[in-house]
Amino acid sequence: MIIAAIKPYKLDEVREALTAVGVRGMMVTEIKGFGTQSGHTEIYRGAEYAVNFVPKMRLELVVSDALADQVVDTITKTARTGKIGDGKIFVLDVASALRVRTGETGDEAL
Amino acid sequence: MMMKKLLSLASAGLLAAAMPALAQDAALVPYAYEKAVHGGDIAWMSISTVLVLLMTVPGLALFYGGLVRTKNMLSMLTQVFAISAVVCIIWVVYGYSMAFSYGGSMDTYVGGFSKMFLSGVDATTLVPTFTNGVWLPEYTFIAFQMTFAMITPALIVGAFAERMKFSSLLVFSILWVTFIYFPMAHMVWWWGGPDFLAEQQTLKLIAEAAGDTAGAEAAAANLAANGLLWNWGALDFAGGTVVHINAGVAGLVGCIMLGKRVGYGKDSMAPHSLTMTMIGGALLWVGWFGFNAGSNLESNAITSLAIVNTFVATAGGGVAWMFAEWLLKGKPSLLGLISGVVTGLVAVTPAAGFAGPMGALVLGLFAGVACFFFVAYVKNMFKLDDSLDVFGIHGLAGIIGSIATGILVSPALGGAGIPDYTSLPGTLQVGAYDMAFMLTAQTKAVLFTVAFSGIGSFILFKLVDMVMGLRVKEDIEREGLDLAEHGERAYNQ
Repeated sequence: MIIAAIKPYKLDEVREALTAVGVRGMMVTEIKGFGTQSGHTEIYRGAEYAVNFVPKMRLELVVSDALADQVVDTITKTARTGKIGDGKIFVLDVASALRVRTGETGDEAL
Repeated sequence: MMMKKLLSLASAGLLAAAMPALAQDAALVPYAYEKAVHGGDIAWMSISTVLVLLMTVPGLALFYGGLVRTKNMLSMLTQVFAISAVVCIIWVVYGYSMAFSYGGSMDTYVGGFSKMFLSGVDATTLVPTFTNGVWLPEYTFIAFQMTFAMITPALIVGAFAERMKFSSLLVFSILWVTFIYFPMAHMVWWWGGPDFLAEQQTLKLIAEAAGDTAGAEAAAANLAANGLLWNWGALDFAGGTVVHINAGVAGLVGCIMLGKRVGYGKDSMAPHSLTMTMIGGALLWVGWFGFNAGSNLESNAITSLAIVNTFVATAGGGVAWMFAEWLLKGKPSLLGLISGVVTGLVAVTPAAGFAGPMGALVLGLFAGVACFFFVAYVKNMFKLDDSLDVFGIHGLAGIIGSIATGILVSPALGGAGIPDYTSLPGTLQVGAYDMAFMLTAQTKAVLFTVAFSGIGSFILFKLVDMVMGLRVKEDIEREGLDLAEHGERAYNQ
């Protein structure tokens, strides 16, 4: 499984690129968090508020081992702007997968 | 009776000898006039009335509502809406009478109760405008002034947003309009009208000519039977003192007495929807034409002057705030722009029909920069939680506008001049302009309003606090007033 946090406006670009390499599904969540970017300041009539958590998109994809490296590579290339706040990618092993409609398991279910 | 005296004098051939200085025989005929009511005036005033309501229940409510956090959105909307409705009822029960009827021995300060429940008012009763011989149906005037009484207490709630008990707020608002607003309106705007002044001035001259001291004194007393601030010569076209300083100072007192919001300076209290605030602010600008130009009570050239002024001062306020913020804080924010717009609107309110357009523009620009400085720097220095800047915008811009009115009214600066109804009774003249006198009158009016509203509001807040408490409990404040006080949520998914 690949978990990635990326800039929200990069979502569509990343989705298109991933579909092109053969990804057939992913889960997307709007999240807030902080990393190196560590927030920004907003000013309302002189009242300054530090916004410590920055909005990001969290992608979760479960793909076959064969595809994993290519997915990581694609996300990295597409989501990168070169500035602080581009996000992170984590790769995990998944114990099993099952398609609810058919009961298929393993790579068949993906 | 006066006419008889005059005739006997004239027949004795004494007239010319008795009145060498006046030499205006025409002025010595008792002033007779007819009351004309114009449909155009009624139409304009009816529209103005509804425009002021537009400022209030969608405008002000959304302007304030967008500035609070999601959990307090409905409390803000409810407070503005409920105060408007409650004061609307009070106005016809006794408010109008306290503001705009003869107050007997207290007439200088407050009206009486002779028009309670609008008694004596019907479709045939009239009130004077600012032009001799031009009158307005009393119902038209009652409805127009009602909207002013409705919006003023609603302005105050922004100062202690997100923390006041709804029940206490209603009680406070009722007390506040009764003891502060109605007397202020009376002191600033209660006068006999152009025809009454012309009539009494003529009677006074005739009595003086006839050596009738009692008659002259009676007429002089009638000429002075106006509100306290009116008699000082203070000018307030549409409510710089009555509405804005009055509400701004009450707000300042309120935010100090209620104390800061829980988490002030620590938690993020960013506005939950500046989109709403923009809609509200824009409705305020649109509705303010009814407020300012409607205050002319007639549909004539001064109405148009007030409209022009309400455009340019407002634009000036917005642009000034925007550039000041851009320069000093790095970015031109929408909230800054809207705040500046409201600042310009407030500042031009007392000057709307008195200043010239260029004067109004300078006024708006100046007020925009001054209020930006106050709100962005001074307020933080004093750690005041005037949450939505009721004092920083309404109070301060009201003070600036009220004092500036005394300068900008000068015909030399393009102003409309001081109205003078008595030099040539029966016609409106532009009086001699004396800057020292005008500045003194305006400053006195401002200081009086600050003191009256400040002390009066303090007493009322204290009273309500002792009897029922002003503030919600801390856990209610954390949860948000919407759920705790009103049992509903602004946004359900």
